[in-house]
Amino acid sequence: MSARTHRRNLINVIMLGLTGLCTLAAVAVLFFILGYLVWNGGRYIDWDFLTQLPRPVGESGGGMANAIVGSGKLLLVAALAGIPVGFIGGVYLAEFGGKTFTFVVRYTADLLNGVPSIVIGIFAYTVLVLPMQHFSTLAGGLALAVILIPIVLRSTEDFLRAVPQTLREGALALGAPRWKAVITVVIPAAMRGIATGVLLSLARVAGETAPLLFTSFSNRFWSHGWNEPTASLPVMIFTYAISPYDEWRRQAWAAALVLLVLVLFANIGARLILSRKSLSRGF
Amino acid sequence: MRSLANFTVMTTPSHPFAPHTEETPGSGGNAAKISVSHLNFFYGAKQALHDISLKVAQNKVTALIGPSGCGKTTFLRTLNRMYETVPRARAEGEVLLDGEDVLTMEAARLRRRVGMVFQRSNPFPKTIFDNVAYGLRINGWDQSRKLHELVEASLRRAALWDEVKDQLHKSAYALSGGQQQRLCIARALAIDPEVLLLDEPCSALDPIATGKIEELLFELKDQCTLVIVTHNMQQAARVADETGFFLMGRLIEFNVTKIIFQTPAKKETEDYITGRFG
Repeated sequence: MSARTHRRNLINVIMLGLTGLCTLAAVAVLFFILGYLVWNGGRYIDWDFLTQLPRPVGESGGGMANAIVGSGKLLLVAALAGIPVGFIGGVYLAEFGGKTFTFVVRYTADLLNGVPSIVIGIFAYTVLVLPMQHFSTLAGGLALAVILIPIVLRSTEDFLRAVPQTLREGALALGAPRWKAVITVVIPAAMRGIATGVLLSLARVAGETAPLLFTSFSNRFWSHGWNEPTASLPVMIFTYAISPYDEWRRQAWAAALVLLVLVLFANIGARLILSRKSLSRGF
Repeated sequence: MRSLANFTVMTTPSHPFAPHTEETPGSGGNAAKISVSHLNFFYGAKQALHDISLKVAQNKVTALIGPSGCGKTTFLRTLNRMYETVPRARAEGEVLLDGEDVLTMEAARLRRRVGMVFQRSNPFPKTIFDNVAYGLRINGWDQSRKLHELVEASLRRAALWDEVKDQLHKSAYALSGGQQQRLCIARALAIDPEVLLLDEPCSALDPIATGKIEELLFELKDQCTLVIVTHNMQQAARVADETGFFLMGRLIEFNVTKIIFQTPAKKETEDYITGRFG
């Protein structure tokens, strides 16, 4: 083997090692967080934690059932309000939008994506909470929807744009009008990606805390309907983690673990449904 | 070929193929299916086609040859207005399909009558069955029995039925490249087009798959009119009744295939065919 080949091989090994190490570092952080959460949170999760209301300071036990349900309700409002807007907007941008308008909307969406979530919270506070004169699930959900929309919009647009032009042409050449080609060929071809984008966006807003402080606030009791302030996991974690009581801090760990597991389950579940559906159709 | 017989009920009346090598193109026995006169085509300010006039004979295979960028694909795409997917592309002149103005007709209706097969096979990410049924479904076919018959008939016409009949509900992507291209032909045939445009349908295929498609073209011309763009001059010589030679956006020569290849009238044609350029 010549010296040059030797050198190349050596560099190859070093670079390969480097890339492996960086991957490991990235994944390690995730597993460290996961492990720490499971270790600290897992010990304090019991049936009561999942089914009971919070107890006053000094009383031990109690749980965060209201916060779990509250987070679910907030996400439901956010999904119902945000996903259709983001999805349909993304379809418009990718398939029908003109040049200038598309550019402006895409740029705006990217900007909105970068706006700190606390600013979104203040915005929702100003336009929703102040006129309504009280905190509510509705206001919290809509604040989350504002964060959700640009994420869904951009990911939908990107996945639609990735669908090969030849598929669109194939549908058009069979006499499909533009909108029909989009609905029957382009969107189904991108559906997996779009669904993944939607899930990631939901996972992202599930952990948002700042906007909820201004909108859904918190509640030590059950929140009825959509018009009352509600507890939510992120806000509970925030409140409990910085509290001076050991019991509360332990419960914050448990809440963090619950939040993580819920997001994880939602992800896995949706992926399973998606892959089963596509299996039955043969691809 | 039982269902093929059924199928002819739906097709336009087809004339039995009669060789007529001594005729001049577009005249004589077969009527012109498509007649193009003084067609100019522009991509924005850039002119891609200059004053093209030709007649595509019914139930014949018409081949368009020429070097890359000569405008043959652009020409093909004016026949079903697929150029409209390109912004700022426009056609001027007259294109008639059975006397009807192609350039002003409703695009969806035109494309149901003039089908297209693309250079790269482009099956939809659906099952084999759903691919073929697509054109029927979007045009309102829904009775599943009839649908199944039509899908089978189309797959038979594309000489693919025997290879896929046991896997109709598998992904079209599981097929080989040649099979995918024949699937696309079946998909186009399912809505029973009067004209089928083929844009270099064999350029990504091996010789065996190419042979199958060429055989297929031969059988299909009983049922519809075929226009094929090809890079491969041997292919044009093998499959086409009439051949047009394009060069730099102009139609240099259009004639019966035999004449184009044996006694071309223009020097450019001869140079191209004998491989002196292009």
